[in-house]
Amino acid sequence: MHGRIRTWGPGALVLLPTVLLLGYFVYGLIAWTFNTSLTDRHTARRGGPVDYVGFENYANLFGEERFLNSLKNLGVLTVSFIVGTLIFGVIWALLLEKGVTGEGVFRSVFLFPMAISMIASGVVWGWLLNPSQGDDARGLNRLFSILQLNFLENPWWTAGSRWTTMMAIALPAVWQLSGYIMALFLAGFRGIPPELREAARVDGASEFKLYRHVLFPQLSPIALSALIILGHMSLKLFDLIYAITGPNQFRTEVPSIYMWNTLLRGDMAKAAAIAIVLLAVVAVLVIPYVAYTVRQESEE
Amino acid sequence: MTAVEAATGQAAAAIRRKPQRGVISDGSTRRSRTVRYLLLLLFLLFILTPVYVVVIGSFKTSSDTTAAAQWSLPETWTLEPWRKAWDVLQPYMVRSLSLAIPAAIISSLIGSANGFVLARWRFPGANLVFALILFGMFIPYQAVMLPLRTTFQELDVTRGVPTLIIAHVIYGIPICTLIFRNYYATIVPNEIIESARVDGAGLIQTYLRIILPISISGFVVTLIWQFTSVWNDFLFALFLTQQNNGPVTLGLAALAGGQKVDYAASMAGALITSIPTLLVYIVLGRWFIGGLMAGALKG
Repeated sequence: MHGRIRTWGPGALVLLPTVLLLGYFVYGLIAWTFNTSLTDRHTARRGGPVDYVGFENYANLFGEERFLNSLKNLGVLTVSFIVGTLIFGVIWALLLEKGVTGEGVFRSVFLFPMAISMIASGVVWGWLLNPSQGDDARGLNRLFSILQLNFLENPWWTAGSRWTTMMAIALPAVWQLSGYIMALFLAGFRGIPPELREAARVDGASEFKLYRHVLFPQLSPIALSALIILGHMSLKLFDLIYAITGPNQFRTEVPSIYMWNTLLRGDMAKAAAIAIVLLAVVAVLVIPYVAYTVRQESEE
Repeated sequence: MTAVEAATGQAAAAIRRKPQRGVISDGSTRRSRTVRYLLLLLFLLFILTPVYVVVIGSFKTSSDTTAAAQWSLPETWTLEPWRKAWDVLQPYMVRSLSLAIPAAIISSLIGSANGFVLARWRFPGANLVFALILFGMFIPYQAVMLPLRTTFQELDVTRGVPTLIIAHVIYGIPICTLIFRNYYATIVPNEIIESARVDGAGLIQTYLRIILPISISGFVVTLIWQFTSVWNDFLFALFLTQQNNGPVTLGLAALAGGQKVDYAASMAGALITSIPTLLVYIVLGRWFIGGLMAGALKG
């Protein structure tokens, strides 16, 4: 026993500070936020008497038009963003995977938006998504009219249905992150042994069948990762919406933005409850994935 | 390949692996190659359109930024917007630099030590610890932000750069640990560690003599990743700092938001604040992809 402790003891000791830090700053603070969400602390002032009200704040949230609106917006945004990013990313990977001259240039350009902050890209996209049309048209609407594509002019996120609104918000996010999905899938395609393709071709499989039955099935673990990564990014999206529409737009409000607005009004308990709902939504997506990943890794 | 495996950098190498000659010629005619090129160029335009707007916009005079002229080149090129944006953003740039560099270095060092232990010096319960660290990477930071502010107030940490360094180091530990864990699991053969152990080398000796010298590319990946994500962070900046002590994203949001916005100066500001991370991307792009694979896990 003593010998074993001597071998693994130092390892555990190295990780101890991390365990303590994350124990407090991640799990401790989550517990603290949850605790606040169960109280009637509807003020920013500290101290003062605080009562526990059970899940009243949550019940109020789910009975409130504004919060339900933010959840629906989030759902629509997430679907649009994931679908858009996957389509672009996979198409780019397919176009590049066999190798084209100048591939490095395409790859670098497709990926570069990932190096930019969402505030910087949001500032530019905010101008591109200007809602004015006709003679006053600015941004992309102006470009459409220059290109004689006037029928494409639209009010972007400022009018119309929830779907068109949130798709307009998803567009810059798709612009920013499709390159990442391309990189993931490109690595996937290149990781498939060439013998697999050769064998399929020898068997007379068409290009379409080759991808459908041989290559894509090999990439399902990558598709899963991509889905989880994009999903949790979209659920947390904040900066981009803040920069494009400002934080005070009901039309584009999602829980992360609503939480900030609630905090500005000083309602700590409600802000905490929104944060915990957001965490729960992310956790539903991520916990099975983390568990699966760790189990798989330990088997290797 | 899971995203976690992708972080090893094998994936980054796989991207650059050229397909074999025979594979290329098979099944692709000249016409299909032309179509492929046209499509790629179309997508290239889609990505570069905002770049065109921001670059030409940043050199325009205020009379030149009318709706009709938005897509045309500047009538007279001027550096005035750049000067204006720089005057506003300069103190923020200094703060962001003095924040991002130490934060990146510290979390990389901690991540390296953690990663080594989790990959090659395991202890009972290491899997659980790994899972708990991994989950810390995914949480929406809103869930910790309120008590985090209280904690910093109670610990009496100076608001601004010091607060942000501490926050970014702590919440950057998971991703750095993950990158290094996968890095060491791939490049360090178990036999080396075992023989070092047989020779009586302890953990610290093994780490300093064997591991650290071969960690350079791991460090490049985590340093780039952390620098970029700290530089680009807005959420912590908004919750934990103010205009007089905040980083560059906060400054840009103020410059380009609010009532009377100077279009040309906002464009110049967006460019100025992006220069450091773009430089990193251009110069060290090879490693950037490696961090991206693991790093984009974090939102």
